[in-house]
Amino acid sequence: MLSTFTALAEPNRLRIVELLRHGARPVGDIGEALRLNQPQVSKHLRVLREARLVDVEAVAQQRLYGLRAEPLRELDQWLERYRSLWEERLDQLEELTSELEATSSKAKPRRKKAKGRKS
Amino acid sequence: MNMKRATTDRISDREIVIKRAFSASAATLFDAWTKPELVRRWWAPASRGVRMVECDADLRAGGAYRYVLEQGKDRRFAFAGQYVELSRPSRLVYTQRFEPVLGHPMPGEASVTVSFEEHDGTTLLVASEIYPSKEVLDGVLASGMEEGMQETWSQLDALLTPST
Repeated sequence: MLSTFTALAEPNRLRIVELLRHGARPVGDIGEALRLNQPQVSKHLRVLREARLVDVEAVAQQRLYGLRAEPLRELDQWLERYRSLWEERLDQLEELTSELEATSSKAKPRRKKAKGRKS
Repeated sequence: MNMKRATTDRISDREIVIKRAFSASAATLFDAWTKPELVRRWWAPASRGVRMVECDADLRAGGAYRYVLEQGKDRRFAFAGQYVELSRPSRLVYTQRFEPVLGHPMPGEASVTVSFEEHDGTTLLVASEIYPSKEVLDGVLASGMEEGMQETWSQLDALLTPST
């Protein structure tokens, strides 16, 4: 199965997903809105269905393509991972800078607490 | 207001802003952010089993830097770019490319601006990363250094291999 990322790496597929955020649509509508021909749209929809980003539903005589919520939740998790990456990095940076400042204040000649004083 | 927690927000399709306050001077932070011997000590997320194996930086405008990281035994990836502005201690601008596979950068270069604003012994760090497009930023986030992402990594690898 294709990952969400691989499926979305193609710009037209990403545009289709953006469009479907506003609601399910038939193939013809999607092509018209994005100025793509039907075979192109069908090909992209097939990939998006394989990646389980899109579902198809028969309504009256039409087949409507709509987004599935689950993989999109994954997109939010990407940011969450990035957030936790930076939290960890910056915690490590805090540790390092406290250590550097402790060392440099020890190395300096003794002086009174110099709040606000320009060095 | 507790600023000791980092915040990471996607403020638009193309931009991420990271903020955090430190009880250290702007100069100390600037040095820790730029000098290779110091960068080595905090940049790799240790809990994810990531180590920094190479860290080079030519600290002048136009100079290049390259950080190579290793996860597990055989997965290596890199971040590299060029310095645009180094105004110690308050501001730093550089470009950044992500190489999920060494020698194969993802398309699109980010522009990173870091500011260090010192006030009463506390320094507020603000790092803004601007990507050329939503797709590039999505890609960077999706390929985050995470265990269990092997599948995505091999697919990325395939994507990056020219299909001519």
